[in-house]
Amino acid sequence: MKQLTILSGKGGTGKTTLTASFAVLAKNAVLTDCDVDAPDLHMLLHPKIIKTQEFKGSKLAVIDKTKCVECGLCREKCRFDAITENFGVDPFTCEGCGVCTVVCPVSTITLTERISGHAYISKTDYGLMAHAMLSPGESNSGKLVTLVRQNAKILAEREHNDLIIVDGSPGIGCPVIASVTGIDVGLVVTEPTMSGIHDFERALQLLKHFNVLPLVCINMYDINKNNTQKIMRFCEENGVNVAGRIPFNPIVTKAMVNGKPILEYAPKSDVAQEIEKVWKKILSVLR
Amino acid sequence: MIISIASGKGGTGKTSVAVNMALSIGKAQLLDCDVEEPNVHLLLHPKISQTEPVYVSVPVVNEELCDHCGKCADFCQYNALFVSPEKVLIFPELCHSCGGCAIVCPKKAITEKKRRIGTLKLGSAGDLELVYGELKIGEPMAVPVIKEVKRHIKKGKNVILDSSPGTSCPVIETVKGSDFCVLVTEPTPFGLHDLKITVQVLKDMGIPFGVIVNRADIGDKKVHDYCDEKDIPILLEIPFQRRIAELYSRGTPFILEMPEWTEKFQILFEEIRKLVGK
Repeated sequence: MKQLTILSGKGGTGKTTLTASFAVLAKNAVLTDCDVDAPDLHMLLHPKIIKTQEFKGSKLAVIDKTKCVECGLCREKCRFDAITENFGVDPFTCEGCGVCTVVCPVSTITLTERISGHAYISKTDYGLMAHAMLSPGESNSGKLVTLVRQNAKILAEREHNDLIIVDGSPGIGCPVIASVTGIDVGLVVTEPTMSGIHDFERALQLLKHFNVLPLVCINMYDINKNNTQKIMRFCEENGVNVAGRIPFNPIVTKAMVNGKPILEYAPKSDVAQEIEKVWKKILSVLR
Repeated sequence: MIISIASGKGGTGKTSVAVNMALSIGKAQLLDCDVEEPNVHLLLHPKISQTEPVYVSVPVVNEELCDHCGKCADFCQYNALFVSPEKVLIFPELCHSCGGCAIVCPKKAITEKKRRIGTLKLGSAGDLELVYGELKIGEPMAVPVIKEVKRHIKKGKNVILDSSPGTSCPVIETVKGSDFCVLVTEPTPFGLHDLKITVQVLKDMGIPFGVIVNRADIGDKKVHDYCDEKDIPILLEIPFQRRIAELYSRGTPFILEMPEWTEKFQILFEEIRKLVGK
């Protein structure tokens, strides 16, 4: 079984548009959305949820005010400034480390589990899907990504799927690291802007750091052809394969508004044709 | 006044709004809190005057004092320590630097050392001050670097914070303490879906906010309908123009070539000031 992750560094370069199209093209794959704090893939693939799991990400300190002597030791020792003026706990700041529970002289602080989100297993017209939703403002997105990927693996083994396609989140921090560890190919989707170039180089470094084979796709390549040339040259110099260049076309937004993968909405469009080429390239590399 | 610029969905134009607003009002501090993929400097071309390492604390075990009781590993919520009968293994990337292991160790065998996870850069462009952070490749935790960037906020200044996309911890850390948050979105189903999640976060945190609709003429009208229904002010609409996209692609803030937008950003800033009451 092989694993492919679509990542980008910079947000809004077209990860989900591509992933949804790959879902249409793939014959025997499990689909996963690992952008757990702002998941969008479900709006194109319309999954029907068959199983929901609670996700307990981090813990939260709770102070029992009836026993609290207001000595202030918890506030002094908390490195996250999570204890408020009147000895409450700020849930947005508390990292659930438990330091306050051990320094409290009257043992009035406990750590409680909090539900930080939900993981789902669903059916779509294109295959099974593993996805999740982190509760707004929660931390530990990396842990939830790991849970989604475990779910995808179990599904793939059970159903004898030969590929897992992972839609990643922007950035290069914990959820992205959790989305690329142990995969076979990372497709970096970039755009020919200064930010796109800067962020794509960092995404490539991340893949190198974790020994993952990179592929590059330049989206909206005709917005700035000079910059596209720069990206092509950079890839050539660094021995990175460019899987394709997708033109800018407003039809991509129309497909999204209609809730459909571009490959279904406008299969004859220049965008769809190029995505098919990218997909063939990915398959040849995966084999 | 501290204004943060955020959005659930990536690539909606946060950095563009942050930079163009800062240039329009002038004499501001611009802090790029997207330490995973900082981009402000690519538009602002600042002179960097100072570069500093960003460290976090991680435990060090003195094996001569340690009796391998395992209390540190039991305590650690992040599984950053593993204690075998012969040795203590430390996984520094998992450590949140809470300092708890050193507190619970009965043999006082644990001390802390500094570990570098990123870089902080300070500079200026014209009358703007720029601070930004860069998370080291392979490091999972952005929050300590964001904290370091925010430590340079100067009281009494107009401060603009550019956030990373999403709704999880880096975004919370960035917007915390802001007087106002500008949510940049685009009028598409993805834009709307991620806007709703971010609105929930800001309501929970009690931070006042408004919306900027970027590429306002693509997609549909559902973002507008949603803002109407929820009484969320739409502060500015920026149309999709190939010129704006091309200027951005070259690393040029669009107000420099389209000066008619300067006043719009100044009016926007004054409107925010009124909403905040400062």
